[in-house]
Amino acid sequence: MSTSIIGAAVNRIDGPLKVSGAAQYAVDYTLENLAYGVGVPSTVANARVVRVDAGEAEHMPGVLAVLYHGNTPPLYRPAEQLEHSRAGEIRPPFEDDQVYYYGQFVALVIASTLEQAQAAADRVRVQYDVRKPVVLLSEAAKPQGPPRVHSSRGDAAGAFASAAVTIDETYTIPVEVHNPMEMHATIAHWQGDKLTLCVTTQGVMNYQKVLAEVMGVPLENVRVISPFCGSGFGGKLFPWPESMLAALGAQHVKRPVRVQVPRSMMFTTVGNRPLTRQRMRIGATADGKLVSIRHDVVQPMSMVDEYVEYCTGVTTMLYECPNVETRQDLVRLNVGTPTPMRGPGIVPGLFPLESALDELAVKLEMDPIALRLKNYAETDPSSNLPWSSKHLRECCQTGAERFGWAKRNPKIGSMRQGDEILGWGMSTATWHAGRGGATVRVRLNADGTARASCATQDIGTGTYTIFAQVVSDRTGIVLDKVQVVLGDSTLPPGPTSGGSTTTATVLPAIAKATDQAVQRLLEAALITPGSPFFTEDRASPPKLAMTNGWVHEVDKSWNSGVPFDEILIARRLAALEGEATTGPDMAAQEHYSFHSFGAQFMEVAWDPGIARLRVTRGLTVIDAGRIINRKAGSNQILGAVVMGIGMAMFEEAIYDPRTGKPINNNFADYLVATNADVPKLECIFVEYPDYHLNEYGARGIGEIGLAGVAPALTMAIHHATGVRVRTLPFRMEDVLGGERATIV
Amino acid sequence: MQEFRYRQAKTVEGAVRAGGTYLAGGTTLVDLMKLNVLQPATVIDVNPLPLAQLEALPGGGLRIGAMVRNSDLANHPVVKQQYAVLSEALLSGASPQLRNMATTGGNLLQKTRCYYYRDTNYACNKRQPGSGCSAIDGYNRIHAVLGGSADCVATHPSDMAVAMMALEATVHTQGPQGERAIALKDFYLLPGTTPDKENVLEPGELITHVTLPPLQSGTRSHYLKLRDRAQYEFALASAAVVVRLRGRHIERVRIALGGVATRPWRSPEAERALEGREATMENFRKAADAAMTGAKPLKYNAFKVELAKRALVRALETTTQTERAG
Repeated sequence: MSTSIIGAAVNRIDGPLKVSGAAQYAVDYTLENLAYGVGVPSTVANARVVRVDAGEAEHMPGVLAVLYHGNTPPLYRPAEQLEHSRAGEIRPPFEDDQVYYYGQFVALVIASTLEQAQAAADRVRVQYDVRKPVVLLSEAAKPQGPPRVHSSRGDAAGAFASAAVTIDETYTIPVEVHNPMEMHATIAHWQGDKLTLCVTTQGVMNYQKVLAEVMGVPLENVRVISPFCGSGFGGKLFPWPESMLAALGAQHVKRPVRVQVPRSMMFTTVGNRPLTRQRMRIGATADGKLVSIRHDVVQPMSMVDEYVEYCTGVTTMLYECPNVETRQDLVRLNVGTPTPMRGPGIVPGLFPLESALDELAVKLEMDPIALRLKNYAETDPSSNLPWSSKHLRECCQTGAERFGWAKRNPKIGSMRQGDEILGWGMSTATWHAGRGGATVRVRLNADGTARASCATQDIGTGTYTIFAQVVSDRTGIVLDKVQVVLGDSTLPPGPTSGGSTTTATVLPAIAKATDQAVQRLLEAALITPGSPFFTEDRASPPKLAMTNGWVHEVDKSWNSGVPFDEILIARRLAALEGEATTGPDMAAQEHYSFHSFGAQFMEVAWDPGIARLRVTRGLTVIDAGRIINRKAGSNQILGAVVMGIGMAMFEEAIYDPRTGKPINNNFADYLVATNADVPKLECIFVEYPDYHLNEYGARGIGEIGLAGVAPALTMAIHHATGVRVRTLPFRMEDVLGGERATIV
Repeated sequence: MQEFRYRQAKTVEGAVRAGGTYLAGGTTLVDLMKLNVLQPATVIDVNPLPLAQLEALPGGGLRIGAMVRNSDLANHPVVKQQYAVLSEALLSGASPQLRNMATTGGNLLQKTRCYYYRDTNYACNKRQPGSGCSAIDGYNRIHAVLGGSADCVATHPSDMAVAMMALEATVHTQGPQGERAIALKDFYLLPGTTPDKENVLEPGELITHVTLPPLQSGTRSHYLKLRDRAQYEFALASAAVVVRLRGRHIERVRIALGGVATRPWRSPEAERALEGREATMENFRKAADAAMTGAKPLKYNAFKVELAKRALVRALETTTQTERAG
């Protein structure tokens, strides 16, 4: 196996298409007779729709239809747990006359142009019977019944009560919204009872299933296309109401219909990371050995669907501790349905765990890295299984060395740079490593090119390039002669891009399919008259191999043979194919616990005179097995760190308790990190291939880069200012001496 | 957006005669039209008017055409050298793309970023007189602590206008009644019971240019803007300082605050607390206290009182540093 292309810093093979504007995203598809759907979102959060007055809108120029509950047949519900399909929200739009959250689709206007549809949507008058919405956690009813998540080992309460040193603090993370650059969008096109959907999604296969269920047609009648995705961050794992409305509308007006969610509805109608309030109780011995961890989470969900942000899982596995108890409760609010957002569960769960650990380190006057290493889990304490591969100790040591941690004076406000005070923080990062099933088809073409195809999609992470790398690795065909076709449900079934599992999932299938195609080609070389390797001697044929795209005898140099396409031409074949399906190694999963790990170091600079605090340095060291594409890999980690800066310092959807509206529902008022907020960031991989997961030893890297950023930053802020930020995001109010007024 | 008539103005007189809402850079007007907050029947595009000149005046001072773009004004050598406070204020605002469009006249008339003004489903006295104020009992972290009334606490968003306030600019207009010059300090109105009336312009009156008086040599100036992130955000508090020292003695100082008030906030109280006194931290703090004496914080913006003081103290510190060239 050639190793040059695997692990190299490879440019994205789809990069030129993207920078030249040639890559087709969902709304770029131009269909004849395309009509435009614009939603009418609710302006209240808890109400009954008394009347939809569409009279004026229906008579405006270009308007084809105004659809709403009461004038359209109801959509079916997705089967979800019965059928392994999942919608963003189980209630299909227009199912009843109730409004459950602000921004819910109440009507859809379809017109011949986008402008006509928008103008008419403004003139649809909705009369509501309004009830008081409940959008703040402080106003929510107490959780009822048993907890949704509960786990216990040892006696956490007893051990906490008798612990020498304890921490008992509560941390709050507000609602964050995914807000990828490309807004959710669907073009729906019916041809008879066959439906084609051009969408932007992290999972075309699931999309196909859900839309077939919702529209009540057989699975094979639905085709979903999503060759490019302007990012998802979890928000595009599942179909949301706009896609169902596009399909419904297209059926109604008998024309293809495009519906794109406006930026304002990206805050309300297509998922969010839910608010979490988390109490963390930690007990330790006087020399820093953990004796008890209790982690209690209260989290809102919507009125129409359930979603558990599984924050406590990480608490059970990250540190060696005999007594651990976790509990999660849900409350209902009049907010849009939450959904996974980059690093679901672990990212919000690590913030209180790693923060509380730092609070413990401060109390013990112990170095935070030393405290973590003292409680290092040599095996997974939640399952007692050995790790498949864990090098967290090395991540901490490498990071500490590179960051200069030995120079850290733990005294608050003690480190200066010019007029500013520096703060240094660190955190552990982790993410579970998974692998699912995939089918890949690889074709060796008579024109000297190769083609790999799979229904999985590239959501901006570099999946196209990884396909090409593996094909190139196993055939020697150069990258620019490998075509990769993804994001179409008619292709061999591939995985949803979620949970940082795509790379680990598709690598073995690409390899196996490629090997199969090569094998067929080598067989053809032996039996095809005109091939230099043609032999009548079927008993002991020469042993062949494929190197640099050439077929040759194994014990001779590659250029003693012929380019592979000559074999296909000799046999008068257009191509030879291989197709392979691979899935997780179930035996390995019973014997090992699969996780990636990392250590993240952040620096802030504080100008106390003007309460200005900026992030000035960031280092991430990651143990995620073998890195397939160093360039795309670093890009994933650094992009996630930028998102972590947003989480710690800026991001917060603010709900007005009177209307239930997130009042900062735009990019001017909902703050994300700008370039000026992001310092030079560095990423180091410690590379230990994890061959228990797959033959390339690669684990996923899409999410882990975000995991420890917020706790590392709030630790740095504490180190600089003495202020412990337990409610994200940091605000200037925190370091101005007064009380910070929050709205949650 | 509602349908409207679009007219291009050929001359200033023609624009004034046409009667309509003026379109300059469009960064406020078009945005708010898309939200149905502004629904003009007629839009008069003033971009063709010859109002984009920027010229140094013979006796000193600067004449800035109403159509001079924010980027051009900020980067003009005379502005950078003599009116640093103005260049800094402009460059701290918005984004490069917006600054390339936004104009001097338009920036003076920029609308508030109040969440409730921008959403027609909320009561707002500024948008719809008499409907009420949703911000006073709402989420008001970004709202004003100075100059508010029971009817409106919306913050004036402009950075440029704060700098011009400290530079004692004059606004020149042409209206149906002819030309007039209005001192910037008299240009903006407090909201009182009529927050919809934001300035003294009469219907149809068009800003043609702004003049800045000359600054005596040795005058220093600076704009400091404080906010959550480093770029692309309105001020939570800002301070514009124009000061002339003799030794450590403050001969003359002009001070304006932004992000904390319902209009660009000139502070004669702070100026009085400093003029004729030494440039010391103690005096700066006294001046900052004086500037914020009348502050009326709301539920979520109490921190702005302290933040504005810090901004002013730091801006005074920066402009009066002895090593700083005059």
